[in-house]
Amino acid sequence: MSEPHSATISVLVRNAPGVLVRVAGLIRRRGVNIHSLSVGPTEDPSVSRMTIVVDTAPERTELFAKQLRKLVEVLRATAIDGTPSVDRELALIKVNVTPGTRMEIMEIASVFRANVVDLTDRTMTIEVTGRTEKVDAILTLLTRHGIREMARTGQVTLVRGPQNT
Amino acid sequence: MARQATVPSKQRPAPRAGTINGAQALVEALRREGVEIIFGVPGGASLPIYDALYDAASLRHVLVRHEQVAVHAAVGYARASGRVGVCTATSGPGATNLVTGIADAIMDSVPIVVVTAQVPRAVIGNDAFQEADVTGITMPITKFNSLVMSAAEIPHAVHQAFYLARTGRPGPVLVDIPRDVLQEACVPEFTDEVSIPGYRPVLDGAPNQIAAAVKALAEAERPVICAGGGVIGSNASPELTALVEATGIPVVLTLMGKGALDELHPRCLGMLGMHGSAYANWAVNDADVLLVVGARLDDRVTGRLKDFAPRARIIHVDVDPAEIGKNKSAHIPIVGDAKRVLAVMVAQARVPQIESWWRQITEWRERYPFRYHQNSNRISAQYACDLLNKVTGGRAVATTDVGQHQMWMAQWYRPREPRHFITSGGLGVMGFGFPAAMGAKFACPDKTVVAVVGDGGFQMTVQDLATAVEHGQSLPIIVLNNGALGMVKQWQSMFYGGRFSSSLLRNPDFARVAEAFGARGIRVERPEQVEGALRAALETEGVPCVVDVICDPDENVLPMIPSGQSVAEMILDE
Repeated sequence: MSEPHSATISVLVRNAPGVLVRVAGLIRRRGVNIHSLSVGPTEDPSVSRMTIVVDTAPERTELFAKQLRKLVEVLRATAIDGTPSVDRELALIKVNVTPGTRMEIMEIASVFRANVVDLTDRTMTIEVTGRTEKVDAILTLLTRHGIREMARTGQVTLVRGPQNT
Repeated sequence: MARQATVPSKQRPAPRAGTINGAQALVEALRREGVEIIFGVPGGASLPIYDALYDAASLRHVLVRHEQVAVHAAVGYARASGRVGVCTATSGPGATNLVTGIADAIMDSVPIVVVTAQVPRAVIGNDAFQEADVTGITMPITKFNSLVMSAAEIPHAVHQAFYLARTGRPGPVLVDIPRDVLQEACVPEFTDEVSIPGYRPVLDGAPNQIAAAVKALAEAERPVICAGGGVIGSNASPELTALVEATGIPVVLTLMGKGALDELHPRCLGMLGMHGSAYANWAVNDADVLLVVGARLDDRVTGRLKDFAPRARIIHVDVDPAEIGKNKSAHIPIVGDAKRVLAVMVAQARVPQIESWWRQITEWRERYPFRYHQNSNRISAQYACDLLNKVTGGRAVATTDVGQHQMWMAQWYRPREPRHFITSGGLGVMGFGFPAAMGAKFACPDKTVVAVVGDGGFQMTVQDLATAVEHGQSLPIIVLNNGALGMVKQWQSMFYGGRFSSSLLRNPDFARVAEAFGARGIRVERPEQVEGALRAALETEGVPCVVDVICDPDENVLPMIPSGQSVAEMILDE
């Protein structure tokens, strides 16, 4: 599922009503698809971080960051293209199991350092964390067992090293 | 404006000592911002505001007949004066009628503050009577908007709105206030402080970038300056003029930049772009260095992007970093306020060697000036615009709608100073010119203000002749009447095989319409009558004067660079 033209923008916003709509709306009206968007608190309780993955050419990413900086509630917007970064997402995958397939699925989970977080006689729920490619890889292996449902958080990202994202 | 004596009302409980209601706090906050005039229409949710205005002697409210007129008038007021324009509307339909004007203000970077009333807090989101999600609707067309959820927050919300509207890149800010918040008692705290952590406009250009720009211009052989609306918005015309006089570099103006430099200045080449002068477009096409100031290089200016200024190193000065490199990448980007950046450039300016460049430009100028043919029976609209320019000397504040008449005014009207050409540039709004002229006249009652409109556009806001008559405005309104939505018809003529689908208008007699409203009306059908009618309208005192100029229906706007094409494809003659 990795997009050839996806780019990551990390945005620090003030916690105020409507901020999510403003940010999402700004991207939407420039005709670009949001691949994933994750929001959560930061070390400062009045500030949230949004990590947005958009389907756009890398050279357009900085233009998006510039537009986002114009929003009064945006404190910082960083286009992460080429900068070494740590990217993670978490997925919960509920897969069909039978007594015959249970061990094989647990082995797959183990290779991907995924955790089994729920188990019934017919299903197993696996929690996997990693880069998008890793999550996509385990999904490929689990597909033939039948994925009943899935939830992914979308990517979160921080720049490597001492500098701020 | 005369006011009736205040009648004590049983429905208005006397406020407790030290407390006022939200609407009174709003009016006081507006007064503290120096607001002298508000354009609006009252309604159910905004009744508390109007009750507070009843007592506010220093705040004049102009009751218009449609909210769209209120917002265009606020824009006209702001653009003519440089101050923040203010308008108000009630919840739901009142607020949605403002949408066109707010979108116009964001496209043209006009500082206005819009106050809308909202349904009471308890019913927000319940699809209440006259409810609309106004902050949601206007989110993409405001610089900022907010829904104020307590009366105590009103002073801060208003102060912040004015600060955001007029600083950085100016724009519209909307404040939405529920009716019960307007009625809520509060002890307001007025403050001059503004703290917006995410908003820090950069005003001073980076010195090394400015030095690089000065060097590039000094070493250029074929430099051109392109000045846009940002030069006018930041009051940078003196600095621009000084730079031009220090260097001798030719200047082209965008539609929004008209008047940024005296258009009779020998260095001024007038407007560039789709309907700009051939010589302005040729100069940009051949330029080796192009200094763009306060212009966003939209498609009507550039045509096909890769063929715009193809030989030029581009220096781009803008207070909005997002505009630099948006359409055309800049070799020397400078984020900053036009006035401050140009002032530094003037101080460092050196004279480039451009005598041969000027010889070339002069040759172009003489070969292809704007031209029209005025024959003996049908009035050329261009002739009327040319006459208006001659009669006013370019010293009147002229407003327009969008379309053919707008482009002819852009070509023939030569404002001698900034804030004297007010048009709906980016959004291109029909029905803008007349209300904007009303707003401009309120801002500058001692100046001559003239609206030039098309017969199509005038009918979109004509009802507010009632307002202009009520306020005794000496306001000439020149209707260039070609019985058509002229620009639509022109495109149908040139690109759709002359199939005039829904572009021909059967019009009323505008002179008689004017008279019905209590204004003066003059109908002009022959070329030799035009000058006398324009002079009569300009001399009419205390009442608007509509001049219905029956124009040649077959005249097209030329030159023209067809949409998405380049200067090489410019159409010069029929």
